[in-house]
Amino acid sequence: MLDWWLPENVSTYGRDIDWLFHLIYYITGITAILVFGTMLAFLVMYRDRPGRKARYTHGNTTLEIVWTVVPALILVILTLLSVPAWSRIKMTMPDTDFVVQVTAKQFNWQVIYPGADGKFGTDDDKTLLDEMHVPVNKVVRVILKSQDVIHSFFVPQFRIKQDAVPGHEIRVWFDATKPGKYEWPCAELCGFGHSGMRGWIYVHTAEEYQKWAAENLKTAAAPGATVEAKAEEPKAEPHKEEKAKK
Amino acid sequence: MSASSATAHAHVDAGHHELGFVRTYIFSTDHKMIARQFLFMGLFMMVLGGLLALIVRWELAWPETAVPGLGSILKETGGILEPSTYNMAFTMHATIMIFFVIMPILAGAFGNFCIPLMIGARDMAFPFLNMLSFWTTFGAGLIMLSGFFVEGGHAAAGWTSYAPLSAVPSYTGVNWGQNLWCISLFTMGVGSMMGSINYITTIINMRAPGMRLFRMPLVIWSLFITAILLLLALPVLTSGVAMLLFDRTLGTSWFRPSGGGEPLLWQHLFWYFGHPEVYILILPAMGIASEILPVFCRKPIFGYHAMAFSMIGIAFLSWIVYGHHMFVSGMNPALGMAFTVTTMIIAVPSAIKTFNWLGTMWGARMQFTVPMLNALAFVSMFVIGGLSGIFMASTPVDIYIQDTYFIVAHIHYVVFGGSIFGAFAAIYYWFPKMFGRMTNVALGQLHFWPTFVFFNLTFFPMHIIGVGGQMRRIYNPMQYEFLQHQQHWNVFITYSALLLGVSQIPFVINFFWSLFAGKPAPLNPWNANTLEWTAPSPPPHLNWGPTLPTVYRGPYEYSSPESRDDFLPQTAPPVGAPAGARRH
Repeated sequence: MLDWWLPENVSTYGRDIDWLFHLIYYITGITAILVFGTMLAFLVMYRDRPGRKARYTHGNTTLEIVWTVVPALILVILTLLSVPAWSRIKMTMPDTDFVVQVTAKQFNWQVIYPGADGKFGTDDDKTLLDEMHVPVNKVVRVILKSQDVIHSFFVPQFRIKQDAVPGHEIRVWFDATKPGKYEWPCAELCGFGHSGMRGWIYVHTAEEYQKWAAENLKTAAAPGATVEAKAEEPKAEPHKEEKAKK
Repeated sequence: MSASSATAHAHVDAGHHELGFVRTYIFSTDHKMIARQFLFMGLFMMVLGGLLALIVRWELAWPETAVPGLGSILKETGGILEPSTYNMAFTMHATIMIFFVIMPILAGAFGNFCIPLMIGARDMAFPFLNMLSFWTTFGAGLIMLSGFFVEGGHAAAGWTSYAPLSAVPSYTGVNWGQNLWCISLFTMGVGSMMGSINYITTIINMRAPGMRLFRMPLVIWSLFITAILLLLALPVLTSGVAMLLFDRTLGTSWFRPSGGGEPLLWQHLFWYFGHPEVYILILPAMGIASEILPVFCRKPIFGYHAMAFSMIGIAFLSWIVYGHHMFVSGMNPALGMAFTVTTMIIAVPSAIKTFNWLGTMWGARMQFTVPMLNALAFVSMFVIGGLSGIFMASTPVDIYIQDTYFIVAHIHYVVFGGSIFGAFAAIYYWFPKMFGRMTNVALGQLHFWPTFVFFNLTFFPMHIIGVGGQMRRIYNPMQYEFLQHQQHWNVFITYSALLLGVSQIPFVINFFWSLFAGKPAPLNPWNANTLEWTAPSPPPHLNWGPTLPTVYRGPYEYSSPESRDDFLPQTAPPVGAPAGARRH
């Protein structure tokens, strides 16, 4: 029932998150119905009427133990179910040879590909602004940095969110399961340009990604020039391509 | 001042001078006058905080259009909010509502009013300090308001003011606004410390004869625990804002990485204060509901001891859950796992309280007075706010909903649905004692019902757009393709919020009309048991005549077989037994 609220999930661990979301949704939903149902019934049954006398009681130990233990058990179970997913998403880093660096700044995502040598900080690095291209079904490791304030890497359809903190290098990963073009907003207030700070993540099929990489990553020209050029032009064009494909 | 010297003082006062206007109404040391001062301050600031909220809502529904009425203030743009002004609006909405509305009303006004009157004391332990506490808080409020008039505008880094955005003026373009924000909260922290020391001392030392700890009304328990939290939590914020101010003005680098500082340190300090703060805002409301429900259910509170101990449990746990605000902040994920466990645990005492409130309603004889309606609204809205919290406690789910409108919905169900309905309940319930006049019932109903309906229509859909992914603190949702399909909800929410604002008009009319023209209140209009109802309405200076009340039993003996009435005041001597010889 809630599926039409959540945006479509296209990442591997997004399934775990959505499953937990739905589980908690049903547990809390049922609890709410029981509590409000009881409360409404009491409001009607025990309203002040002539001749009605209130029951003189200070409590009931059995009942109180029950409603302490039952919620506690449910919460323990929820904790036990949450821990493995959390540990898989945030505490382990699957092996991969696909690494990009994202350095956030007011108010852009700077995406840095390591180039042919596979190392960051060398001359053949390639920097894109507000767009990232990745292959489908491939673990992508992101080295997340910020050069000014805190930003937050959020891709709703990947169910990923991680703050980028200046002075820190935070590693996150995702594995997208469906080709397409996904919006990539900043989720942490980062100044007057916070709203509208967003990029696009293009998930390509393996072949398409090869093609894109051959055209865009290997022809490293003078670094300064490419950054400027990439900043403006790809925004308009690849959008349309992707839309047409859909 | 000890209880006995206060008594002596009473005798002196009784035959002597009346205090002058200034000592009675402005620099008063009377806890009841200070309570009224806090109440007026909080209600005035609520108008301001509410208007800021409506400005924020206007922007979200109809982005980048002129906000009606702002044309004369924002002359250059003709009333259209700029992103920086929008950031300022939501920052100040939260800052004002939390620090200058809910805290002054619940802890300030009702803490001051209820504590001496309900434990049977003539005043606070330190009346002068009490006065100083109000005027310090008032000064903090003025400093906060002055920030609107400085160049660069007021603070715009969110009420959480995450560093380094808040630590370096060039990142926001705000200079003195953020400095004044720090100075104001620092001052407020000092004022609050004076108040909390006073509350704790008064409750420990100045209870009337027979008022054992476990005969105290639950609202006093809640205020006692709140005061302890205030005493221990607020200094952390006070130090934090001082460090932030030093980073901004003196060139230190606590939070600035460029100088070797650590941005996450701010978050740790802030939330170490911030999470207990949430309970500082909600515990008094829980106490108020626990006070009002038995009176209008005409039966004892269900599980008195469980109620008191669950509040102690919440207070203790509130120190070790704060990390759940930082699951995706870059904090070590192993630490996140630990905070998940504690966060799940803190839901248990909240569940206990909810079930005990339901237990209180079971077999009751409910009278739906206006304070009762607000207390019932508190209970039901707190249930929703509590349940939605479980989504965030589950770390994997929190990854997705952190920083979305789901959080905004949750916090408003807790602090509006909880604290503000609690505050309304308290105002309607104690108004007769506070001002000696009854409020108007029809206007009270006309205030409650629309407020309850439009509150839900405003905040419930925020869950939906939050699950849809809408981020907090964005200026224009239409800038994002994935949010455009749910923009109609933003429009719906804004209409509801505007009507929620309009629904407060009957309250304002009722408040002021009743203040001057309400029916004079009898001694005990609700047939309640607690001590404040044995003092005149309104109670005179030093509250009672020459003798203080003596307490013989707990506060919730309603429909007791011992009494022919359906209530049995704490002060009524037991039938056929010498005073103090009976138990219970």
